[in-house]
Amino acid sequence: MNNYKTDVLIIGAGGAGLVAALNAHKSGAKVTVLTKEYPTRAQTSMAQGGINAALGHAGEDSVEDHIQNTLKSAQGLANEEAVRLMCNEALEAVAWLDSIGVPFSRTKESKIAQRTLGGASAPRACYAQDYTGLKILHTLYDRVMAQGIEIKNERYLLNFITNKDKHEKSYACGATILNIKTGEVETYEAKSVIVATGGYSKIYHKHSTNAKGSTGDGIAAAIRAGARLSDMEFIQFHPTALKNSSILISESARGAGGYLLNSKGERFVDELLPRDQVARAINDQIQAGEEVFLDIRHLGEAFIMEQLPQERKLAKLYENVDPVNDLIPIKPVAHYTMGGIEVDKNSHTKLKGLFAAGECANHKVHGANRLGGNSLLELIVFGKQAGKNAAAWAKSFDNAIETSEQTLSAQNFVKGVKYFTNQIDFYQKHQFLGNIFYNNAGISKDEMGLKAVLGAVRQIQKEIPFMGPKDKSNIYNTNLVDFIEFGNMVELCEIILVSMISRNESRGAHYRSDIPNPNDMAYKAHTITWKEDGVLCADFME
Amino acid sequence: MKIQIKRYTSEPEIKEEVLAYEMELEDPTLLEVLGHIKTTQDSSLSFSSGCRSSVCGSCSMRVNGREVLACAYKVQEGDLVEPLKNVPVIRDLVVDMDKAYSMNVRAKAWLEGSSDVALSPEDEKRNERQSDCIMCGSCYSACPVYAVNGEFLGPFALTRVWRYVSDGREEGEEAKIHNVQSNGVWDCTLCNECTLVCPQDISSKADIEKLRATSAQYGCMDPNFGSFGGGFGFDGSPSF
Repeated sequence: MNNYKTDVLIIGAGGAGLVAALNAHKSGAKVTVLTKEYPTRAQTSMAQGGINAALGHAGEDSVEDHIQNTLKSAQGLANEEAVRLMCNEALEAVAWLDSIGVPFSRTKESKIAQRTLGGASAPRACYAQDYTGLKILHTLYDRVMAQGIEIKNERYLLNFITNKDKHEKSYACGATILNIKTGEVETYEAKSVIVATGGYSKIYHKHSTNAKGSTGDGIAAAIRAGARLSDMEFIQFHPTALKNSSILISESARGAGGYLLNSKGERFVDELLPRDQVARAINDQIQAGEEVFLDIRHLGEAFIMEQLPQERKLAKLYENVDPVNDLIPIKPVAHYTMGGIEVDKNSHTKLKGLFAAGECANHKVHGANRLGGNSLLELIVFGKQAGKNAAAWAKSFDNAIETSEQTLSAQNFVKGVKYFTNQIDFYQKHQFLGNIFYNNAGISKDEMGLKAVLGAVRQIQKEIPFMGPKDKSNIYNTNLVDFIEFGNMVELCEIILVSMISRNESRGAHYRSDIPNPNDMAYKAHTITWKEDGVLCADFME
Repeated sequence: MKIQIKRYTSEPEIKEEVLAYEMELEDPTLLEVLGHIKTTQDSSLSFSSGCRSSVCGSCSMRVNGREVLACAYKVQEGDLVEPLKNVPVIRDLVVDMDKAYSMNVRAKAWLEGSSDVALSPEDEKRNERQSDCIMCGSCYSACPVYAVNGEFLGPFALTRVWRYVSDGREEGEEAKIHNVQSNGVWDCTLCNECTLVCPQDISSKADIEKLRATSAQYGCMDPNFGSFGGGFGFDGSPSF
């Protein structure tokens, strides 16, 4: 009854999921897209700064410069081939977005407008005011509707379904899903699966710019199903979030000439360095007892209203300051997770039939530190790649699909989790986890602190059966969804910490105050993690 | 601080009630209050939320009868919080947006064919505001026409049609206009409620007026006025 069949199943309907859907559909596959909310509510809507492409509309630029800037910021951990592909395809990606109706801001010469973000040698980010992500996401959604592609809302991923071929090799062939509206488990059979579920910054709880849903569901499900993860320790802290609410103030505010000031009114860092360096400089000030502010007063009201209208509204609402007249109190918070599901050059994961794109995947284009404007680009370029390749995989798929056992186990899980004892409040534990991660596994960390956090995480893992949802209802049980999300985050926490502890050096966003320098001999390599019979394994690979 | 929330559940049977909650928080947004209640007082309270920065459109609801985004509304003593109107309530403050979303499909709110034209900053400004829409559904909740005619395409779908019709790249303008004649541009009463509740300061009413003017250019008239000779909308504003 709750059994559905499709060719390509896509989990996640943010930018990457929708681009993948359009391309899989174009390749002739029957596509079903599932999202735990509604497509236009995805994290992509929050991207403000822009999408990079070396169009040279606002100053001289070249694809090679884009490549070199990206590689430099990645600090030796990017895959040059992937970076070259992404930067080369950027021009076509932006032209395609233009052709489907994205309302980019324009120059006087009737070209797509571009601005400078941190770490870029030229104004390279194409934007639509400070609503770039919102406008791209909504235009993609409209395109998907125009193509008649099926999207099912309020479907939450439980697990990927895997079967074994005659050589005992696993392949992905569907997913078990919680229908949030009914509380029932649904089974989706598919010839290939694309995971595009976003990042895991919400582990940092209130110390993150991200939306509520960035809980790493797809990544946790992927490692459980047999895929590998990589570089999970690389978590980007955005330098400028509002101090009390962690609401993002776009990098374009600094790109346009905004200053960072301490309590004495002194500038203390070049505001346009890559994010890892600026975030650390701010953190050093805060650790020394200073307050830090973003100052855009000198840019003038007209400019702020034209380029940063959202920022002004949010600063007024959350901090009671008007950026036109006041300093904006800020702090760095978790913003983007570079690590994710390990993929090959076809966006294929280690688990055959499972493809990944967007923030949940690690295409190794960001390395140790992502440049602003490269994540919107990534989801267009690799969303397309994943969509095409998953469709091709589906076309040649000729294995059987058996789902009954895994469906039963998902049903039992959803039923059983409501019987957990509830002696311990998981909302409190999430808050606690966010705080200890921010303090000891955040912008700056050391071995002692990390091991203490790992101890706490292992304790929480043991306590999970004593937590659970208090709400036992079937219909729209957000308490249950919150709890399963929490479980996924705890699963990832251990992996992140083990990766952070294993990397005995500092590189990009991974800064160890006890070992402040990079060590190329030992660690110019990717941290690979996987599970064998439920046991976490880790290694470094070139 | 004390607020009241209208609760609704359908299991085991339908039950509606207004419950009062008390908390100590300093100058909170409504979303912060709801989160506080859910995580510390009543985990069964159901509501949708996402970005908390007014771009995802998840947390639209009503306070004292007025549509707001919970993340952008500062709570006042004694506020009454209710779900949106004119949509099925699933549970508490969570409503089913599927039908409102499907209006975009009926209205064919997308770029039909793309011509290779260079848009100027002025071209871009024509629909900059319309493309700020976050589809929170506040306008459908406030619309008195949609309240009585569930087939009415409604505010955000028509704003979206204007977004594409007014786009210099659109090649299918005429077909788009013909597609929004029935249960569309002429059914609006221009009451302006949608404008008043829009968190993004979009005026669907004004967009509908522009669609009417464009409709007239394509020879589409207000069906309620039969063979009235004029070319433009009947409020006398052939505005673009």
